[in-house]
Amino acid sequence: MKDTSQYAGRRYVVAGLVILIALIYIVRLLTIQVLDKSYRLSASNNVLRHITQYPARGLIYDRNHTLIVSNEAAYDLMVIPSQVESFDTAEFSALLEVPEKDIREGLRKATVYSRLKASILVKQIPAVTYARLSEKMYKYPGFYVQPRTLRYYNRHLAAHMLGYVGEVTEKTIQKDPYYKMGDYIGISGIERSYEKELRGRKGVKIYLVDVHNRIKGSYRHGRYDTAAVVGANLTASFDAGLQAYGEYLMNNKVGSIVALEPATGEVLCMVSSPGYDPELLVGRNRRTYFPALVQDTLKPLFNRAIMASYPPGSTFKVVNALIGLQEKVLYPSYKYECHAGYYAAGVHVGCHIHRSPLNLVEAIQISCNAYFCNVFRNILDDPKFPTIYQSFENWKHHLEMFGFGHPLGIDLPNELSGYLPDTSYYDRYYHKNGWSSLTLISMAIGQGELGFTPLQMANLAATVANRGYYLTPHVVKEIEGRDSINRRFREEHLVGIDRKYFDIAVEGMDRVVNGEPGSGSTARIAHIPDIRVCGKTGTAQNPHGKDHSIFMAFAPKDTPRIAISVYVENGGFGATYAAPIASLMIEKYLKGKITRTWLEDYIRKTDLIHGEKQK
Amino acid sequence: MERSRNNILGRIDWLTVLMYLLLVTFGLINIYSSAYNEAHPRLFDFSMRYGKQFYWILLTLVIATVILALHPRFYYFFAWPLYLLSLLLLVMVLVIGATIHGSTSWISVAGVHIQPSEFAKVATALVLARYLSEYNVTLEHFRDLVKASLIIIAPAALIMLQPDMGSAFVFIAFILVLYREGLRAEVLLIGFLFIVLFIITLIVDKTIVLGILLGLALLIHLLVEKKPLLTVKGAVILVATGGILWLGMTLLHKGISLYTVIFLSLLAGTVILLPFIYRLKLVRTAILYGVLILAMLFTFSVNYVFNNILEPHQRTRINIVLGIESDPYGSGYNVNQSKIAIGSGGFTGKGFLRGTQTKFNFVPEQSTDFIFCTVGEEWGFLGTFGVIAFYILFLMRILYLAERQRSAFSRVYGYSVFSLFSFHVLVNIGMTIGLFPVIGIPLPFFSYGGSSLWAFTILLFIFIRLDADRLEMTF
Repeated sequence: MKDTSQYAGRRYVVAGLVILIALIYIVRLLTIQVLDKSYRLSASNNVLRHITQYPARGLIYDRNHTLIVSNEAAYDLMVIPSQVESFDTAEFSALLEVPEKDIREGLRKATVYSRLKASILVKQIPAVTYARLSEKMYKYPGFYVQPRTLRYYNRHLAAHMLGYVGEVTEKTIQKDPYYKMGDYIGISGIERSYEKELRGRKGVKIYLVDVHNRIKGSYRHGRYDTAAVVGANLTASFDAGLQAYGEYLMNNKVGSIVALEPATGEVLCMVSSPGYDPELLVGRNRRTYFPALVQDTLKPLFNRAIMASYPPGSTFKVVNALIGLQEKVLYPSYKYECHAGYYAAGVHVGCHIHRSPLNLVEAIQISCNAYFCNVFRNILDDPKFPTIYQSFENWKHHLEMFGFGHPLGIDLPNELSGYLPDTSYYDRYYHKNGWSSLTLISMAIGQGELGFTPLQMANLAATVANRGYYLTPHVVKEIEGRDSINRRFREEHLVGIDRKYFDIAVEGMDRVVNGEPGSGSTARIAHIPDIRVCGKTGTAQNPHGKDHSIFMAFAPKDTPRIAISVYVENGGFGATYAAPIASLMIEKYLKGKITRTWLEDYIRKTDLIHGEKQK
Repeated sequence: MERSRNNILGRIDWLTVLMYLLLVTFGLINIYSSAYNEAHPRLFDFSMRYGKQFYWILLTLVIATVILALHPRFYYFFAWPLYLLSLLLLVMVLVIGATIHGSTSWISVAGVHIQPSEFAKVATALVLARYLSEYNVTLEHFRDLVKASLIIIAPAALIMLQPDMGSAFVFIAFILVLYREGLRAEVLLIGFLFIVLFIITLIVDKTIVLGILLGLALLIHLLVEKKPLLTVKGAVILVATGGILWLGMTLLHKGISLYTVIFLSLLAGTVILLPFIYRLKLVRTAILYGVLILAMLFTFSVNYVFNNILEPHQRTRINIVLGIESDPYGSGYNVNQSKIAIGSGGFTGKGFLRGTQTKFNFVPEQSTDFIFCTVGEEWGFLGTFGVIAFYILFLMRILYLAERQRSAFSRVYGYSVFSLFSFHVLVNIGMTIGLFPVIGIPLPFFSYGGSSLWAFTILLFIFIRLDADRLEMTF
């Protein structure tokens, strides 16, 4: 056996080390258990009260710095069941103006949740009741009042975009330990997507409370207190005036208006109709109105602008024209005949009566179906590709570059992707190699399987306005205390089509609105005397009822400041309602006032919901 | 002392066994109090934590009997197989383990949850004893030291992967064993210095740390070499290279931090100084220089480890102990509540079952890692003092037993037992009174939990068994 006896003395070092640490502990214990009275004081009556310091939620302004959303005070009555002594529930209920059984029931629930943690017993007590209550609080140990803030809407608009605030759910609490029972959280819209910025940070103040429920001072001189940090203010990108006007025009109609600033991708307005007054979902109101809004058959809570999916109708001709030009299967000089429609191999696509043949610009101006059936077949039967599978994929790739078929990534929750079919869809529907460009011909004019959201349509208008690129649409342009919003909103997305082709499409869209009278322009009604509006009408076939009226546009032609899409469900032709609404919105935004009051009256008096037109 | 080769009962150190039983009993009393529920007052109620703990304690008696019945040779020969088995279990737990509280450290066998990391401690102690007792092995040889370290690090690393940092840190305790078996004191000292450096780096800006280190190195150099001219020369070279570097970078409009300047100039200085050191045979200067560079690399890695390897809750816990952060609702909540509970006990305590703070869930993890709160609240300073004093007696008894062994195997094993218990006791109590970060390790024999209770029992009783045969041990 080897000898390590020269190290045997180290036992004293080792033992000394352990004993030394133990001595330090004993001194520490002597301090906190015997010498320092504050621990005993704070615990003996079990009277540490943690009062959460709720920060005010960030304010929301519109792009012109008009205050839209602010806060107002409300008071929550809190209870810590383990501290409650027997009290007169009848008197208490009279004081609070809350039924006695609600108090008993609330107390029972709070006890089930936790005997030691505070629960909310009565929410959002008005200031008057609070004043009366605070005088009598000494009678009710275990209860205290917690100041809170509720949303206050200075302008009653843009409910879908702004979203609403509500209490956190059990699930959220489990996922994110920041939230505690009874906290508020953004549930939809900007309130949700910018929750982290708006909420600020909660603080906590710890008080010592005596047996009579009176605060005796701060615990250990506030050493463990943390200050609340107020939420950051946001500047939204929308224009309150334009938003209000859009909601005004869409009154009694179902549909959506989305307007973008092409150069930045900022959302200038986003109307989803029917909407609701955001105040209906604040605090106690919500319990009353939320169920009604949910049950409404017109789905006012549904944000059509980013969630509804409609066929694009004839507006899609612009896209097919651009793809055809880029793929060099279409040249502006190409002329196609139209004899009230397109006929080929037993397939017939109708068209209105107009002069024939037309070139590309004229075909856009007049919205000739036959012309674009030819364009679409040129694209799908392009000899560059061995089979239709490749040419279809190529076409679909172009559409994806435009932002169709997937969410654009707007800073709002629940944006949907619309719909783009793929080859397997047709393989299932027909059979492998059992379909051709003729089978898909309805997509030439934007009908059939395609589905775009109004936001995607507005983004198309912005892309054309920019002649070839778009910036991801977003509803918040500034966050207080931050240099910039997310960088992804500053990237230009090129759609992969040359600028010169866009110039041709723009020429066509110009003529749609500004063509000579009698030349066949489809939306002369959108003409504004001194603003060069470029647009394209669309009519989406609707299997469930009357067609949807669609219009996409931008203006002014050479220095675009607004791109817009308008959908009016069951509105018929694009030129009937969508085009005038878009035109009025553009005039309102660019000029600030409406000169064509007759047009405004016509739209305003139209009621498409209650089944009758009151002209 | 009377000894009979045939009667093992006569050779057992009954004093230690008695101490063990007292600890377990007092532990159970406290678990009973902390989990007490008026509806289930019976100690044997299996639906309550104390009921389960009670049955587990009964089971430990069986385990202890089996351990005592086996011959010491068994532990000697099966040290390696047991060690390899526990490594295998640690690997298995990563693959098939159950995840509780964010770490995968449990294996479920037939409805029973086992925590292999608890048993890995025992196996590591056995193998370490076996390896260090080999004839040719001495910690004075660097190679043997590395091998011994690997034996300790292997299970610790696997446990870190779970990740269960608390259980992994426990293996640090084996340093005491190595120290007793001849590890150079300088290694311990340097290790200690690095811990101090770690803490300072977290509190103070690292540029300042670097500056202090540099100044300190020059000062030590001056004191050791007693050649002021040489020290001044060295300092001038460093300042000059640093100055040139800074000037160059500034002229190139490249932003450069003071920290990088100091560090790079030190590296550049190395290149210049190396020939001198070699020619003049400045061995001490070279060592000093090496340690300085290591220390600097270390400050760098501290920030990296702290910010990238540690989990956020671990960072917060360290920050709270260092006083950088206070968060009475979050991670600081446990410790704050634990301190209130202990502090409220006063001198004599509130009495059995009378604790208010530790009832319900005021102190989280209260019957497991924070069981000492119950002692503090219900038994007061008398209780905490008594428990700590009793633990110290218990530990000193083990130390005494370890030193009286004739075989190196038994002695090393005894030291492992002592070190592991010391670490658990000191760290656990330290965290309940806010002197140590909360790393979640149990208080031996007190904390609720079958795995840890059994592992501690096995650990102790193997040693009692070895001690009983200490006169006959030939290995």
